Amino acid sequence: MKKTLKKKYPFTMLFLCFSSLLMIFPFIWMILSAFKTSSDVYAYPPKWIPSSFKWDNFAEVFKKIPFFRFYLNSILVSVTQTFLQILISAMGAFALTKLEFPGRKKIVTFMQSSLFVPEVVTIIPMFLIVSWAGLIDTYGGLILPELSCAFTTMLLMSFFETIPNDLIDAAKIDGCGYYRVFTHVMIPNARTALGTSSLFAFLTHWRSYMWPLLATNNVNLRTLPIGLKYLVQETSTEYQVLMAASVMAIVPVLIVYLLMEKEFVQSITLTGLKS
Amino acid sequence: MKAEGRNRKAKKYSMAKDQKRAGMVMVTPLVLTLLCLFLLPVVLVVIMSFTNWSMTTPTRNFVGLKNFKFVLNDPRFWKAFWNTLYYAGSKLVLETGLALFIAVLLDKKIHFRKFFRVAHFAPVVVPITASSLIWLWFYDPGIGPLNQVLTALGLPPSQWLYNQNTSMASIILFSIWRGLGYNIILFLAGLQSIPESYLEAARIDGANERQVFFKIKMPLLSPVTSFVVMMGIINAFKAFTEVDVMTPNHGPLESTLLIVSYIYDQSFTRGKMGRGAAASLILFLIIFLFTLIQKAFGRKRVSYD
Repeated sequence: MKKTLKKKYPFTMLFLCFSSLLMIFPFIWMILSAFKTSSDVYAYPPKWIPSSFKWDNFAEVFKKIPFFRFYLNSILVSVTQTFLQILISAMGAFALTKLEFPGRKKIVTFMQSSLFVPEVVTIIPMFLIVSWAGLIDTYGGLILPELSCAFTTMLLMSFFETIPNDLIDAAKIDGCGYYRVFTHVMIPNARTALGTSSLFAFLTHWRSYMWPLLATNNVNLRTLPIGLKYLVQETSTEYQVLMAASVMAIVPVLIVYLLMEKEFVQSITLTGLKS
Repeated sequence: MKAEGRNRKAKKYSMAKDQKRAGMVMVTPLVLTLLCLFLLPVVLVVIMSFTNWSMTTPTRNFVGLKNFKFVLNDPRFWKAFWNTLYYAGSKLVLETGLALFIAVLLDKKIHFRKFFRVAHFAPVVVPITASSLIWLWFYDPGIGPLNQVLTALGLPPSQWLYNQNTSMASIILFSIWRGLGYNIILFLAGLQSIPESYLEAARIDGANERQVFFKIKMPLLSPVTSFVVMMGIINAFKAFTEVDVMTPNHGPLESTLLIVSYIYDQSFTRGKMGRGAAASLILFLIIFLFTLIQKAFGRKRVSYD
């Protein structure tokens, strides 16, 4: 398939160079501006390169908000959610594809119907339920309501279906129980699928906004997206400080993305086109 | 072996029973999350929509269809509805068209293809709240680079987010920047799944590149296109984060009030949860309608096999 001879497409190259530049320009601007002083920000004509590379704006972010705490909250919440969600989904998907038990079909239909209901419909009653349970302003209240397992389960089911039943039967004959079949046959054989759906789940939880906004009043429980929203309100037009904050929020994600580009693309195409 | 001596039927029975129990145990957590996080809230939201449920007072009386009537007669709801439609429509036309165009370019065998792909997809992976901070500065009417560029070119500066005529357009521009890569990746995957042999055959038959694109690629791409279009509309109707971060009070003259912002505002800012519940069910119906259309279109698949 691979053509060794690459044709030259001058228009294509020109257009893609231009549009790529437009796409990454905000990031370049952000990184350069994170080092600017407030007089650089107000300079006209605009200053591209900061007058000196100092870390003052970063220090300013930590002075204004407990940024590190927000970061740890975000990591804690989204990692826990991803782990629980994938565990529940994988067990469910295994049971629903490989085991016979009453009510199986009904559960699948029920699960599919849940995909039609957008978050904003369930968020109003969810706020009440979590309040009644006394979980507002707790990690439990942040984590549990967003364990949306339906989509990841459906995704994993489509992978599990491709694992041959013979593998399970063989393990059964060797004396494995169904739980051991799950941990020793299904999980190792579905590693790529589990990785893809974990990445998908993690990205969804990492950027989650509406629920954490509602479920937290306590500053110490805010996740990164919510912390950044309040930083905007507190700093007004000190853009250099905002840029330092967004550098810290964006650059680690971009690095992970560059290292795992293939996996990111895979998680998009699989989750996108499967549904 | 333990099963020795037992007859086959008994073994099969015990295995089935074993399987039944394991299946039910392993599916229980999933069913529990569905019951607590889906069924219970949905039942509650329907009940709430028929009551004057309020966050501030404990009164919960049945009010029939009053909330639905209120929402459907509320000019703010319709404002939010048209704003959402404007947002969805412009985003759809610009984003889908541009994404398809760039995907076609990226499908060619060119140098730096990986770099181009990475560059276009990068805005998709970063948190919206973080990237919207950059754009808040771009849009600043006083010291924003966009106005500085306009002034340098001799064009009149714009108020961007701070004028009711341009605020939604500014949100849409940001939104296209951060969403374009997602659609490019889907289109690219679709284009790359078209077998090379079809294209070769068409070229041998004398088709030029334009004919190959419109007669072969586009029809084969139609399932992806219909998916991208419908998901675009559905997601636009669910949009909230960018307008909430960039225009916290729904913009000048509420020009960036979207349906989800309206629901959020009614339920949590004003505490009228009954009205919010009714509005959210109306939104659900709108989205459901689009989903049905997507399903109907999605079924029509083109195949040349």
